[in-house]
Amino acid sequence: MSAKPQLVCPAGSLPALKAAIDHGADTVYLGFRNATNARNFAGLNFGDAQIRDGVAYAHARGREVLVAINTYAQAGRVADWHRAIDQAADLGVDAVILADLGLLAYAHRTHPQLRLHLSVQGSATNADAINLAHECFGVRRAVLPRVLTLPQVEAVIGKTPVEIEVFGFGSLCVMAEGRCILSSYATGQSPNTHGVCSPAGFVRWEPQGKAMDARLAGILIDRYAEGEPAGYPTLCKGRFDVEGDTYYALEEPTSLNTLAVLPELIRIGVAAIKVEGRQRSPAYVTAVTRTLRAAIDAAGDARYSVRPAWLDTLAPLSEGHQQTLGAYNRPWR
Amino acid sequence: MQLTLGPLLYYWPRQTVLDFYAEAAGWPVDTVYLGEVVCARRHELKLADWLALAADLSGAGKAVVLSSQALLESSGDLIGLKKLIESGFAIEANDLGAVKLARDAGRPFVAGPHLNIYNGPTLDWFAEAGASRWLPPLEASRDSVAAVLAEKTRPIATEVFAHGRLPLAFSARCFTARHYDLNKDACEFKCIDHPDGLTMATREGQDFLCINGIQTMSAACHALWHDLGDLAGIDALRISPQQHHTGEIVAAYAAKLAGRPATADAACWNPEGWVDGYWRGEAGIHPTQEH
Repeated sequence: MSAKPQLVCPAGSLPALKAAIDHGADTVYLGFRNATNARNFAGLNFGDAQIRDGVAYAHARGREVLVAINTYAQAGRVADWHRAIDQAADLGVDAVILADLGLLAYAHRTHPQLRLHLSVQGSATNADAINLAHECFGVRRAVLPRVLTLPQVEAVIGKTPVEIEVFGFGSLCVMAEGRCILSSYATGQSPNTHGVCSPAGFVRWEPQGKAMDARLAGILIDRYAEGEPAGYPTLCKGRFDVEGDTYYALEEPTSLNTLAVLPELIRIGVAAIKVEGRQRSPAYVTAVTRTLRAAIDAAGDARYSVRPAWLDTLAPLSEGHQQTLGAYNRPWR
Repeated sequence: MQLTLGPLLYYWPRQTVLDFYAEAAGWPVDTVYLGEVVCARRHELKLADWLALAADLSGAGKAVVLSSQALLESSGDLIGLKKLIESGFAIEANDLGAVKLARDAGRPFVAGPHLNIYNGPTLDWFAEAGASRWLPPLEASRDSVAAVLAEKTRPIATEVFAHGRLPLAFSARCFTARHYDLNKDACEFKCIDHPDGLTMATREGQDFLCINGIQTMSAACHALWHDLGDLAGIDALRISPQQHHTGEIVAAYAAKLAGRPATADAACWNPEGWVDGYWRGEAGIHPTQEH
């Protein structure tokens, strides 16, 4: 049995950070309140003073804080991203999570003591890609895009000295992260350039009689019949028409849930299990952190099984109240 | 200004592919990109076939670049990548793993459009790693490309994706197999029935995206035809292969760039419509405007 993986939880605010730490997160990740991070939503994220408070709160309890600076620095404004890295280093965070190779080079050169993680937005899906980041920038951990099967994750772990972090719970990207510009095709803003996907400012809800249309930048993403629960129009999770067939052509509204494969993730040696959701509330972070903490602690036991109470907690917190093992499970592909 | 023929993004029958490149040998393109970039299950042409095509096109005076698969997941994918590097032809790296192998081998490479180069220092890093040419991300605007070029300090050629459906996203999931209720591992190679992909329309009939195996593309054709007047700093334009009319499109762009009379038969070439919003700094789906 390999060592127990760290539980890495999201914080979009100081109350969420404290909730994550109080309920069992080993590590919390957060972002600055600007376009340098991939959850650049109104009312979310941290200023310097809050990061300082968050780091003090975490370190006093023996936990860690990571700062995601995981959008791509835009030409003409690279100094904004460099400043974010400098600030994170000055604030004493435990690592920064970067995607842009130019920023990795800057951080490695300017702050040689700063621990670097390769963001999921860096789109490294194989050991060669991860080892490039290790050799060139001293990257210590890589977060894998949600595109690999469990045997593929195991193969990567066997071929790299870099710690591997995988997603354990939360909203599911069906596309390889960092390689999807569907959002900017529809709206002009993407995760890589603006730190947003299907941004709220472009969403319109239009009642059509008893039905409800959900639009993104005017494009009809889905239409809900009377009584059908309406979801947020994330553009890869709507119903579309292909050859006369109307269905979720890319993916259903669903969340990733890996509770069933936690023992396997531990056996193959993942270093950390990440919870998605910096845009979520402290109550969400509390419930998910507590559940994942209990599950990871139990997963080392040969008699491990997923407890119904855990599923009861997570089901209502999932998109469309649906959950999947995603790419970890080969038939999903 | 050079014209290039981008890698084939669709799955066509073997003879169709061979005929296509036999014709392309006579087109006014400087560089031809070859190889399977979307899905390792596509096997109408094996690596040896691509290498034979590469030799033929080199003989016809074309610069040949072998493009690597954008999403590399399995050990088989990585073995294929190593063989590309060992072939001796130049490669287009579409993944950081390909960059590592090219860099380790000390071989110059083209930094493809999926490497996420959005600023000058990052472009400099790739140039130092051995990139002799780069393509900006497909979502980049004319102004943002100019800003990258203003920041860079190392010499490197710039090629822009100029005409074709945009490959917008990659997934572990095959959406064509999903459409047919098939497992990806038993997909029956349905992509071969859709030589320009499968259009995905909204529930009110707007053509929005295009399913092409694990790739999701724009339903409309991205076209810089109306934007050719202002290409400062750009060295090459890429035309992406499509089932019909590719040769006419190449010829028209070549004529227009040379200042000769040229007309575009957009309705015939691309009945799916033209967009160029990305290049103008807007949503990519915004239609082209004559000016």
